[in-house]
Amino acid sequence: MSTFLWVIFPYICLATFVVGHVWRYRYDKFGWTTRSSQLYEDKLLRIGSPLFHFGILFVAVGHFMGLIVPQSWTERAGMSQELYHIVALLGGLPAGIACLVGLAILVYRRRTVGPVFRATTVNDKVMYAVLAVVIVLGMWNTIAGTLLNLGIAGDHYNYRDGVSPWFRQIFWFQPDASLMEGAPLGFQLHALLAFLLFAMWPFTRLVHVFSAPIGYFTRPYIVYRSRDERPGTATGTRAQKRGWERVP
Amino acid sequence: MRVMAQMAMVMNLDKCIGCHTCSVTCKQAWTNRQGTEYVWFNNVETRPGLGYPRGYEDQEVWKGGWEVTANGRLRLKAGGRLTKLLNIFSNPKMPSIQDYYEPWTYDYETLLNAPAQDTFPVARPTSLISGKHINIEWSANWDDDLGGSTEHAAKDPMLKGIEDKVKFEFEQTFMFYLPRICEHCLNPSCAASCPSGAIYKREEDGIVLVDQDRCRGWRMCVTGCPYKKVYFNHKTGKAEKCTFCYPRVEVGIPTVCAETCVGRLRYIGLMLYDADKVLEAAAVEDEHDLYEAQRSVFLDPRDPAVQREAERAGIPGDWIEAAKKSPVLKLITDYKVALPLHPEYRTMPMVWYIPPLSPVVDVIKDTGYDAEDKDNLFAAIDALRIPIEYLANLFTAGDTRPVEAVLRRLAAMRSYMRDINLGRDPQAHIAEAVGMEEEEMYEMFRLLAIAKYGDRYVIPTAHGEQAHALEELATDCPVSSFDEELLDSSGPFGEGSGRGAVTPVAVENLKMLQERAQSETLVSGGGKRGRVNLLNWDGRGMPEGLFPQRQKGVEPPSGGDSPQQPTDDRSVLEDGQARPDNVAGADGGQQR
Ligand code: HEM
Ligand code: SF4
Ligand code: SF4
Repeated sequence: MSTFLWVIFPYICLATFVVGHVWRYRYDKFGWTTRSSQLYEDKLLRIGSPLFHFGILFVAVGHFMGLIVPQSWTERAGMSQELYHIVALLGGLPAGIACLVGLAILVYRRRTVGPVFRATTVNDKVMYAVLAVVIVLGMWNTIAGTLLNLGIAGDHYNYRDGVSPWFRQIFWFQPDASLMEGAPLGFQLHALLAFLLFAMWPFTRLVHVFSAPIGYFTRPYIVYRSRDERPGTATGTRAQKRGWERVP
Repeated sequence: MRVMAQMAMVMNLDKCIGCHTCSVTCKQAWTNRQGTEYVWFNNVETRPGLGYPRGYEDQEVWKGGWEVTANGRLRLKAGGRLTKLLNIFSNPKMPSIQDYYEPWTYDYETLLNAPAQDTFPVARPTSLISGKHINIEWSANWDDDLGGSTEHAAKDPMLKGIEDKVKFEFEQTFMFYLPRICEHCLNPSCAASCPSGAIYKREEDGIVLVDQDRCRGWRMCVTGCPYKKVYFNHKTGKAEKCTFCYPRVEVGIPTVCAETCVGRLRYIGLMLYDADKVLEAAAVEDEHDLYEAQRSVFLDPRDPAVQREAERAGIPGDWIEAAKKSPVLKLITDYKVALPLHPEYRTMPMVWYIPPLSPVVDVIKDTGYDAEDKDNLFAAIDALRIPIEYLANLFTAGDTRPVEAVLRRLAAMRSYMRDINLGRDPQAHIAEAVGMEEEEMYEMFRLLAIAKYGDRYVIPTAHGEQAHALEELATDCPVSSFDEELLDSSGPFGEGSGRGAVTPVAVENLKMLQERAQSETLVSGGGKRGRVNLLNWDGRGMPEGLFPQRQKGVEPPSGGDSPQQPTDDRSVLEDGQARPDNVAGADGGQQR
């Protein structure tokens, strides 16, 4: 069971995540969008959406710090365990709260604004449910984890000794399930549901995250494109393709 | 010099009768789908009025288009790239559905299902957005014909500076219609606003399109376009906009709005321009100079140097020929009667307008004077400040001089032609008074008043037929080349595929429609290689091949042997009845 939960299940989810995205990109570019609902309502969105997004993006950065960067690195940089957790709490808590409040506003809006509710699919609802639970559990872990770690309440648990190495091991293809067995239930559920969310990701509107338009900073303002990328269509100012030069 | 070709349109506002046919046909063709109920790629506004979406012209509110910075550079009015991305989670300047209007339908069902009762059952309006019953309070043309204008029209942003002088009382105001489509700008701010780079300008003909596969629904383009001609499809979550009917234009047929225009006031043709000069022209400091600046970007295809450069840029010969004959070129460059809509947005719009003389003419008529007399008209143009300032706010960023010049030309043409129509001697001095030759004036009259289909629409084909043909050849199933039998008639997937038919059916259909629209005689849906194409058969005459050939010795039906010149004498002769007069979707031969 432990192997399934902490080794097989994560791999299934990650594989679905990767293959799903490739599949969706190839076969459903047309469906790859934020499905913005701003046309219907924008007062609540104006508050909720930035709160949620800035919150969750900050939280994502926090996860990178906590999961990917090993404890030994921060220690070598002269950051003590306590200091790290205080920084994590000070940074993570506001971001988490912003994210949660934003999410609450967005969900409230989805439910109460008629046209937005009409445009909400079952897919959206399931995604929202999982996303909300993951975020709430995550928040809980941040608070509880810090307390545990600083030994203020309950047994000592440092997720950077347990969850983080396990997470990194997944990418070296030798995860040690026992590392997760010892983690508190909150962490276990958060990790499992997060992987479930990853598995759902490519099939929901969340795909929009991977088209975050960073290229906007570097591309020229006006994009010119040829009428037709097919061979033999050298008209206008477009150069002829090699082998398809027109007979003069 | 970097020569580029641009498909452009001019509309002659004097001839618009505000019938909305263009809007309706466009909607039927492009936006009759879920998610685009509220979308009108073509809409017709009554001016003065708020337009659609409500008050879109007030860029202090909507922040569309470009502005020049203190150091003379262009900047998106809604903010640069960083501002855009910081605001991406919720766009601060996006019109809501209420600014357009909440589209609705009626529950006709109650009409059918209502039991017998004393009062008539009513079909109540139901919102297509919320699904609830609504009270209809606004639409895409709510203030049509100045309806409710005492309340609404006073809020028209274009009345700025003259609001106190305009009275919205019956018979004391002026009014005209303004049909609008996407401007297919030379410097499109919609494209510049798109974070994913999904909106592009086509190199060949300058048509601005949204790549539906690349659009990610960031909805920044809606804000970026000052004309509010990019719409958000709320079902697909993607932006959509007027396509200049590119599938039609590519095969040489005018856009749906132009084709169906009742007033025949739309002209389509090419403009050549120097792409290197666009930014500079769009960034001139004084708004009043923008009209001239945009004209300076255009190139004259009759100039051999331009022709050489155009050829070097890869513009095909027939395109250069078409550019020379372009009615748009004549109206913009030669006669100088067409003006851009809102040049102050600095997007370099490419759908231009001939401002209406009618507000002036109407006033003279009402006062009982001769409204076709040059001096009366000229005096009125000088005296009637209000309509002219209003027109200037629309077409020249408030500079009245170009508007006056155009109206004088139109007025001169009016009185010059009156003499000719009444059989009097034409008076050369009328033409001279507005700096034109007599012949030029007559040509202008012909183009504005009685131009034929082929003169109003000079649209070179996109050489797309070859592309498809070549591709079909290249990707053809090799098996078919062994099948000598099939080679001539049909391919492995039936008629229209493989080697047998190098012209795709869609292109063939459009070609035939075009032939019908442009021919001098009524033609029936002709066949190709004896095939019957019922898609194009309009019910008149008998398409060749509909019936098997008669036996030898019997007169063949008058379909003729040549598929190129089918006649429909039969329909004329049968029962001695006149043929129905509607030439579906086209100016057939008879009204020339
Ligand atoms: C990476 C940068 C991101 C960008 C640029 C972005 C952008 C957007 C935009 C434009 C919308 C549409 C808002 C509207 O008009 O209705 C949206 C909605 C949404 N995004 Fe993001 N997003 C990003 C990251 C994320 C992340 C990391 C998540 C969560 C894991 C997320 C979850 C959502 C959800 C749940 C909605 C739906 C909100 C609603 O309408 O109820 N986004 N996003
Ligand atoms: S008018 Fe058309 S091309 Fe110009 S900015 Fe608007 S949508 Fe873009
Ligand atoms: S069809 Fe022609 S005349 Fe009728 S509203 Fe449209 S532009 Fe005007």
